[in-house]
Amino acid sequence: MHRLAAFVIAIICFSGASLAGENAPDLSDWSAVEAKARGQTVYWNAWAGEPSINAYIVWAGKQVLQRHGVRIEHVKLSDTAEAVAKVIAEKAAGRTSGGSVDLIWINGANFAAMKQRGLLYGPWARWLPNYRLLDLENKAPVLSRDFGVPTEGYEAPWDLAQLVFYYDSARVASPPRSAEEWLSYARANPGRLAYPDVQNFLGATFVKQLLIALAPDASALFSSPSDAVFARTTAPLWPYLDALNPLLWRRGKVFPANSAELRQILADGETDVAFSFNPSEASLAISRRELPETVRSYVFYGGTIGNASFLAIPYNSRNKEGAMVVANFLLGADAQARKQDPSVWGGHTVLSVAKLDSSERELFKTLKPGLSPADLGPALPEPHADWMLRLRDMWLQRYASQ
Amino acid sequence: MKADDIGLWLRIVPAAFIAVLVVPAVAGMIGVLLPAFGYFPALGGQAFSLEHFRALLSSPGLLPSVFVTIWIGFAATSVSLFIVVALLAQFHDTAWLWLVRRILSPLLSVPHAAIAIGLAFVIAPSGLLFRLVAQAVPGLDRPPDLLIVHDELGLSLIAALVLKEVPFLFLMSLAALPQINAHAQLAAARTMGYAPSIAWLKIVLPRLYPQIRLPVIAVLAYSLSVVDAAIVVGPSTPPTLAVSVLKWMSDPQISQRFLAAAGAVLMLAITVASVCLWLAAERVLKSPGLAWIEQGHRQQGAGVVSVAARSSGLIILLLILMSGCAVILWAFAENWQFPRMFPERLSSETWHAHASTIARPLANAAAIGLLATAVAAFLTLSLLEREVRCGRSTKRWTEQLLYIPLIVPQIAFLPGLHILLIALNLDSNILAVATGHLVFVLPYVYLSLSQPWSFFDDRYRQVALSMGATPLRVLLQVRLPMLLAAALTAFAVGFAVSIGQYLPTLLLGAGRFPTITTEAVALASGGDRRLTALLAILQSLLPFAVFLAALFLPLALFHNRRGLRTA
Repeated sequence: MHRLAAFVIAIICFSGASLAGENAPDLSDWSAVEAKARGQTVYWNAWAGEPSINAYIVWAGKQVLQRHGVRIEHVKLSDTAEAVAKVIAEKAAGRTSGGSVDLIWINGANFAAMKQRGLLYGPWARWLPNYRLLDLENKAPVLSRDFGVPTEGYEAPWDLAQLVFYYDSARVASPPRSAEEWLSYARANPGRLAYPDVQNFLGATFVKQLLIALAPDASALFSSPSDAVFARTTAPLWPYLDALNPLLWRRGKVFPANSAELRQILADGETDVAFSFNPSEASLAISRRELPETVRSYVFYGGTIGNASFLAIPYNSRNKEGAMVVANFLLGADAQARKQDPSVWGGHTVLSVAKLDSSERELFKTLKPGLSPADLGPALPEPHADWMLRLRDMWLQRYASQ
Repeated sequence: MKADDIGLWLRIVPAAFIAVLVVPAVAGMIGVLLPAFGYFPALGGQAFSLEHFRALLSSPGLLPSVFVTIWIGFAATSVSLFIVVALLAQFHDTAWLWLVRRILSPLLSVPHAAIAIGLAFVIAPSGLLFRLVAQAVPGLDRPPDLLIVHDELGLSLIAALVLKEVPFLFLMSLAALPQINAHAQLAAARTMGYAPSIAWLKIVLPRLYPQIRLPVIAVLAYSLSVVDAAIVVGPSTPPTLAVSVLKWMSDPQISQRFLAAAGAVLMLAITVASVCLWLAAERVLKSPGLAWIEQGHRQQGAGVVSVAARSSGLIILLLILMSGCAVILWAFAENWQFPRMFPERLSSETWHAHASTIARPLANAAAIGLLATAVAAFLTLSLLEREVRCGRSTKRWTEQLLYIPLIVPQIAFLPGLHILLIALNLDSNILAVATGHLVFVLPYVYLSLSQPWSFFDDRYRQVALSMGATPLRVLLQVRLPMLLAAALTAFAVGFAVSIGQYLPTLLLGAGRFPTITTEAVALASGGDRRLTALLAILQSLLPFAVFLAALFLPLALFHNRRGLRTA
């Protein structure tokens, strides 16, 4: 056994040092990138909690294979951090090239962690031919900063999402439309509201939504907080949650695991309100006959948190050219228009429709509106990525060990 | 025959066998121990320290998490053992035993995750049970706000584990019973006025228990560190330790990986301590047990055994039937709101809609299972054949080592094993996943095949040899055909074990080889309930199909050889 142990230690010690700098693609020549991409298989690690989005990825795979000869394998994640964990495991074992993850659907804390640790390839996004179509003029804060962290071309924006609530209008007359109303609704109807576990992205977002409403100075949320700022800013949040949690579904002793379970318990009639990052979630679920047709969507007074999600390539990806070709396709007008179609997915486009040519503009015009931007109200910017982690840890400390 | 006449492969097969059972566990544990003590150069951990254990101890919810983990392990194991003992005591030597066996055997091939999914469909507040209640209670048009699934005490998880472990311990006991030939003593005891169940408890149990001690300990270790069923129905605030470790491993804060490693080491320590505690409890219970046997009461307790056996048997039967119904209904349901007993409409739309999504996980599961089980069967047959040819038994050491992969918590060595495989450039392919499965499949294949193999009448072989057949020909034309039914059953058992594997598939495949089990667990916490139900059905059908094939293949092959048709 001694020899084996020595062997393992040796591998872990020495492998990290070797194998740096491999043949980086020449980004200035896109046709060369496309030529090299042909025949590659891109392992796209993407959250797979939503069947309609999975179906969209299948469609994208067929298109990219047909047009560019690139195959997409959707590596289904229940949490994007799983992809980060894989890249770390590979780094630990010294695999600095030929990695198993080629493209990640990412944002927020996962992006911040990977960028900080040098786990991302790039910058590359600016060299995509379709990058010029992005609506950087009007959506710059959302598209060029990811939860307060500058993207600097290490990821390409892909989708715009916004927190949207929904309820069954046959059962509920007037759902809560603010943090205050949420608490008073819970007082009047104990057990009828829920939010997901804060270890889940959506659950953490809901807590951030509450914090934006409750914080004495919401502008503190957009940079990484010191201990003092964190304590001061979250001071009103904890008494609020102390009061709210015991009034929630299952008296706050368990929390739904994710958006799908939140939707499921609404469908079961266990709760009155659910929410999602996908503005079309309710209508998609109705069309799949998971929710009754009386379900309606709405947002809070003063707006809800909105953010962009991105595509990033790990530093050790085996198929960087293929990954970029896929990313470029996903930023194209037809892929973005299909994504925005409420009967397909309903994810809002990151493009400036004005920059498209007339036939491409048609694609967007013919879409049936789901929730229009006017219905959605203002999209509140995401707090800095560190807030999410600190809120989560503090929440767990206070409520996970009762 | 001497060892050097047996050929190179048979000479090295014990080494290969040990390698499969021991090397992954030991190498993987080293890969977890180093980061736990702070050594992980890729993440900047250069020096050994206890810092991460301190961080672990101060992490929120650790103590309740450890307590609930230990409680679930001991409760699930004791309840399962108690039920099995009650069933055997009550129903031994009766026709009921055959029935119980018929009911429990198929459960052995149903993966833990599928059992947990089915159970949740029954006992959840919106589940079948409360829908039944709602039929009788007017005004109950919404599911009651009760914490049943994911309850803090882990009772749902304990129930799911008991449903799965009772069949396992029951069948392990049935396999061990023939070695305890106690018919005469049982008959004597009955003539002395002992109730049959009391006679069994006093005469057979003390001799049976040592035979099933290792399986019982494997159940304890498994219940402590189970991940898949714990994700589906286990407690969540805080979760059991193994689930916490898995969460830390995939945390965006990269430093949490050290915490995960420290947690995995704690998981290992808890398992070791719990096994020691169990063994100590055995000793403590020994003398009161002996006193009870010697005190000579003939009937006392027979009523308790009878009630326990009948009620637990009935409850298990009902839960299985209801779970089966609920899963099948959900797989075809459209608009199934509470409190309806039946969906508004049944359709096979889910099956069509997801046919392409499910095809690959199904194919992956089948390929990985067939590959791992084929290798396990080959290794097992080789080792058993070596024993036959060398005439000396390797049983003693193999039977101890077999339990290493079953007792060491998966979460304590698979992450380290994954890093080792990457370092050796062997990761993220289907062979890596199948190798991971092999570690857990091999013990079960060996356990199911070794007994029929050693009971085989050696004179068949001697006759064949004396007629000039080579040893290989004796194996292929005499022993293997005569033991085909047993070999196929062992194969089916191994395949079922492979289908149920969650962590090895998830960790070693880097998510590239989703199987119906990983998909089912990922979807079970939320997701589309119809798709979850569909996956649970496939999880149960796939091993079942192989069991059926194992049953019917000998019938077809040996339609004119009646003696060869059954095991």
